Amino acid sequence: MNKIWLIIQREFLIRVQKKSFLVATVLVPLIFPAIIGGLVYIMAKEAESAKPDNVQVVDESGKFTFENTKKFIFIPLHLPVEQAKKAYNETKDFALLYIPPFEISKPEGLVIYTQENPSIEKVGDLESILEERVRDLKLEEYKIDKETLKSLKTNINLKQINLSETGEEKSSSSGLLYGLGFGLGILIYMFVLIYGIQIMQGVIDEKTSKIVEVIVSSVKPFQLMLGKIIGIASVGVVQFLIWIILISVLSTAVLGYFGLKMPQKQAMEQVTKKFENNEEVKEAMDTQNSKATEFLGNLGEIPFTKIAFVFIFYFLGGYLLYGALFAAVGSAVESIQESQQFQFPITLPLLIGYFGLFMFILRDPHGSISFWLSVIPFTSPVAMVGRIAFGVPAWELALSMVLLIGGFILTTWIAGRIYRVGILMTGTKVSYKVLVKWFLMRE
Amino acid sequence: MDALQVRGITKRYSNHTALDQVNITIPEKTIYGLLGPNGAGKTTLIRIINQIINSDEGEVLVFGEKLNTRHIEIIGYLPEERGLYKKMKVGDQLLYLAQLKGLSRNDASVKIKEWLDKFDIRDWWHKKVEDLSKGMAQKVQFISTVLHEPKLIILDEPFSGFDPVNAQLITEKILELKEKGSTIIFSTHRMETVEALCDHIALINKSKKILEGPKKQVKDQYRSNTFLVEHRGNNFTLPSHYELMKQESVEENLYTSTIKAGKDIKGNQLIREMIDITDVYSFQEKIPTMADIFISLVKGEGDEALKKHLQEV
Repeated sequence: MNKIWLIIQREFLIRVQKKSFLVATVLVPLIFPAIIGGLVYIMAKEAESAKPDNVQVVDESGKFTFENTKKFIFIPLHLPVEQAKKAYNETKDFALLYIPPFEISKPEGLVIYTQENPSIEKVGDLESILEERVRDLKLEEYKIDKETLKSLKTNINLKQINLSETGEEKSSSSGLLYGLGFGLGILIYMFVLIYGIQIMQGVIDEKTSKIVEVIVSSVKPFQLMLGKIIGIASVGVVQFLIWIILISVLSTAVLGYFGLKMPQKQAMEQVTKKFENNEEVKEAMDTQNSKATEFLGNLGEIPFTKIAFVFIFYFLGGYLLYGALFAAVGSAVESIQESQQFQFPITLPLLIGYFGLFMFILRDPHGSISFWLSVIPFTSPVAMVGRIAFGVPAWELALSMVLLIGGFILTTWIAGRIYRVGILMTGTKVSYKVLVKWFLMRE
Repeated sequence: MDALQVRGITKRYSNHTALDQVNITIPEKTIYGLLGPNGAGKTTLIRIINQIINSDEGEVLVFGEKLNTRHIEIIGYLPEERGLYKKMKVGDQLLYLAQLKGLSRNDASVKIKEWLDKFDIRDWWHKKVEDLSKGMAQKVQFISTVLHEPKLIILDEPFSGFDPVNAQLITEKILELKEKGSTIIFSTHRMETVEALCDHIALINKSKKILEGPKKQVKDQYRSNTFLVEHRGNNFTLPSHYELMKQESVEENLYTSTIKAGKDIKGNQLIREMIDITDVYSFQEKIPTMADIFISLVKGEGDEALKKHLQEV
């Protein structure tokens, strides 16, 4: 036991002391707040510096009257289009808009001349201004007023409520659950893969550097394997905890900074003021506001402690299950390249869990495929964590957990038997048949 | 007391037998040479003694006690296929390996400093192994083997990778360890090492032990009362109880004769009789070298053929 502890310590310390560990641990949490902060900053700058563009207009149809907007200043020209084009080339204006005479039902032949390639966004903005005007003209023609039209538009949001067996009403939001399941599932998938390969690499290094014979003359191969797996797991857990702490501290700091500069409510008011005369926008804002409150309410309904516990359990269980298999592969081969052929069958069930997450669990969390995926040990770490937020019956969760514990005991046992022979074998051409032979070899 | 007794050890793999009923006895405080060609089963035997693998039959006694996990701490093992963690510092590495052998951190630290001083490499503590030359790394490896003052030290080809100066240094350290009471098992192909260092030897060939005993006794076993005499002039006749096997001319009028004496005749008598008939320059009994014995036994020649071969070379 004491010796396993020594091995765990070594495996942990050599990894934690590496520069790459420090860099990854510090940089990853910085990325998110940095991206958010950067985007907010750029958007703010852009909004400040954006100047309206000049657009020269030759309107031969006589159907348009342009009002200047925040983005465009319209300069009506009363010239034939050929002359206008020549004159436009002398100026530094953004564009020349040419509107020939047209039928309202068939607005065709409108052209925009520019000196540089205009952005899709700007062209789109111009188009919508034109479309709106044409629409108004049509309304006039069909004798419909704007108010009637507005009253035709309907917007329905279904409020989702789970009726539990006790009859208690629980509000839920599938979007939120989807996001949560998605994020946690991928996190487990990545963790198992990244750290599993680290175990394999560590075993290969020991084998190729030939230290392994010295070590196994002091400890049992099984102890060495277990020590390595646990040691690397603790690196992962520590790194993960540091990330959580750093991310929450930094996010609070970043949000606090921008929050102070422009408190949300004030920002909201500013926006509303701008669109005051636009009834439609205002209404949309109102629904959004109520949606935000609902979202926060739903957030409160999700049992985060339970999810966190389940997440940690599957995080470690899945890691141990696959880690042992990665150790066995590492012991059998002499280089990472050589390991490819054995890596695939290991990562396959993990991949099935990963794709199952998208194809079944997030779409139909209570279907039978979702059930099986979240109960079978090889796929359950990814699948159950993706499913847990949707609510899983206690017996299913218990079954899945028991099977996972059984699963990693089984894989560790199998891996241990292959490992003890594999680490001392060099220069053997390893196939699946050889692995089976090693597995069956007596103590 | 015997440091190690191996009794009837057999190890079978699916398609061959690595060791077949091997018995060896290694007396305490000796240097014991475990000889044999590649693939004979030496490494398998050593791995069994180190509890890396288990035997199928037979038992191993260490200082009279059946092999168990406590013995890990009193055995020091330097495998032929050896290495160190490349990215680890010398000091940390030695600390780790010593602790795995059951030393406390503080004891290990003190002993590592002593050994680094002995090899005059005090300032290596913070060097990474990957920055050391092969010979330097071998020194560190040797230290790691003997750091916990094992009573039984097993060295598999210990001199490979050492230049003559360092080989000499290691030899000195090995002799010192023997003086301090350690028993040392050498597994090697280098016969000059065996001649110079070993007290006892065993020869393993094709999974079987074919020879064992004190080195002198083994050599005596293959003595054939044959002498090499260097002398001037060759016009003499040897008495009938001698047989002239071979006579070569070394330089003008100087000859070397290989003479086999009759059963009860001592070297002194031969000298006496030779002096009377010729000028004797040198006189030497022809004793087979370990290399001679090794090669002829491994080639599978019988005892008689061996003796004949040894007379001829």
